[in-house]
Amino acid sequence: MPERIYLDNSATTPVASEVFDAMRPYFDSAYGNASSLHAFGREARRAVEESRAGIAEFLGVLPEEVVFTSGATEADNLAVLGTAYARDRRGGHVVSSAIEHHAVLHSVDWLASHGFEATLLDVDETGRIDPDQVRAALRKDTFLVSIMAGSNEIGTLEPIAEIGALCRERGIVFHTDAVQGFGKIDLPVESVDLLSASAHKLHGPKGVGFLFVRRKTRLSPLMLGGGHERGRRSGTENVPGIVGFAAATRLAATERDQVTTRLRAFRAKLLEGVAAIPGTRLNGHPTESLPHIANFSFAGIEGESLVMRLDEEGIATSTGSACSSPDLEPSHVLVAIGVPLSMAHGSLRISTGRQTTPTDIDRLLDVLPRVVKDLRDLSPFKVGE
Amino acid sequence: MYTEKVIEHFRHPHNMGRLAEYSAIGKVGNIVCGDVMWLYIRVGKDDRGRDVIADISWETFGCTAAIATSSMVSDLAKGKTLAEAIAITNQDVAQELGGLPPVKMHCSALAADALNEAIYTYLSEQGQEIPDALRRRHERIEKEVAALDKRYKAFLDRETRKAAPPETGESKCS
Ligand SMILES: Cc1ncc(COP(=O)(O)O)c(C=O)c1O
Ligand code: FES
Repeated sequence: MPERIYLDNSATTPVASEVFDAMRPYFDSAYGNASSLHAFGREARRAVEESRAGIAEFLGVLPEEVVFTSGATEADNLAVLGTAYARDRRGGHVVSSAIEHHAVLHSVDWLASHGFEATLLDVDETGRIDPDQVRAALRKDTFLVSIMAGSNEIGTLEPIAEIGALCRERGIVFHTDAVQGFGKIDLPVESVDLLSASAHKLHGPKGVGFLFVRRKTRLSPLMLGGGHERGRRSGTENVPGIVGFAAATRLAATERDQVTTRLRAFRAKLLEGVAAIPGTRLNGHPTESLPHIANFSFAGIEGESLVMRLDEEGIATSTGSACSSPDLEPSHVLVAIGVPLSMAHGSLRISTGRQTTPTDIDRLLDVLPRVVKDLRDLSPFKVGE
Repeated sequence: MYTEKVIEHFRHPHNMGRLAEYSAIGKVGNIVCGDVMWLYIRVGKDDRGRDVIADISWETFGCTAAIATSSMVSDLAKGKTLAEAIAITNQDVAQELGGLPPVKMHCSALAADALNEAIYTYLSEQGQEIPDALRRRHERIEKEVAALDKRYKAFLDRETRKAAPPETGESKCS
């Protein structure tokens, strides 16, 4: 079996060796609790605050505006629920979109079943939201708009600078889930009040993320306890994780331009290569996209078996097919962009990372037509017949 | 999540494709649910003059488990008398594969159903008597198809966000 190829970087990424090296001391030598008075504790505190300052500087915000969490799921929950709870039972209206990550969607759903109201905006067939849709959805009692910066499934970028600007005019809090964009694309943080990110999508460790909280944004904590993170998120800081996130951010800052250029070229090549296979479609936007995500559908075959066949060939990818999901429903994102259900079952997401090589892409494009043909031979639906 | 046996059948499926000559097809599943199986049988006689499945093949649109169960059910049924083939259940198929993950049990049901439907179609077309068990399964399968169509509509309605959330307890793709 040739070397395995990992093309599922929007699920998670390998920890970069620089990141791992930076984290290691905080497990077994500088292991203090950052709240402790003694030297061990002070050492951990210094590491946490330096990490916070580094991430803040990269993002162009103040260190005290960065709240570390257990990941982006928590950051998204904190943004949506924390903003709502801070309203002291006044209720109100939230605007979000049909293609958000479930960490946002399920938080919005929860609000909608607990006395709040919610509008989920539709997207066009490429996954884009028009700022005018947001404008039209806003009401007197709208207190929060949450729109992701870029889709984790199809890669489409959203016009968050424009959406943020029109929220700002009206004093509405604007949150963006920037998990897939942080460290890869420029984020217009000046237009945003709350922003979520996660380390493991950027060659950092799993289980650590942050929520940027613009000064003066009212937010109730979800985690109650010792008052860590200025009372906004209690719980002993994940010191190695936080140090790792900062190291991953530093790495992204130094190599972002060249990595992004490379990933963009890979994406262009994938689009071209897959278009040459009959009965395929791109799910997403040809150009207004995150550099590392490309999502396709293949007529006549089912995505889970496609992913398994590629796995047999040593290539790791993912799918939004119903058969791969625990509730046997196709991805809400593919349905929202109007992919016909038969095609939504045959989706394949390919996502690259800093470690991806041109050979990896060539291997995939070499194997893919054969695997697709094999599965189509098994299928009752013959493509092009 | 899958057993070695499942992966083995998925990797090298048996009896796939469309028979050049066949006596009947059993078509089950629904493209909307993401699984469709067409099963072809050619019925012949054994040396005692009984109807047997002389040849069998299938075409399946579905997941790893759906492909593996298609392959397995075709192995189990090949050469069997119709009476023996009718008795093959989805549990038999799953068991022969060393088990299936719970959410994938419906894929084995699909395979057993396809065989059932192929035999039902054959006997009906021949004007032969239909055993009770076969008829009952056929009626259940028909009912499920109708339920799927209904669920499909509910799903589309929900996706356009015009309808209330689906009734609880509604069956998923079978
Ligand atoms: C867009 C988006 N938001 C949120 C998350 C959740 O992040 P985490 O795994 O850190 O909880 C992910 C990844 O799973 C994601 O892709
Ligand atoms: S065919 Fe959908 S889960 Fe098996």
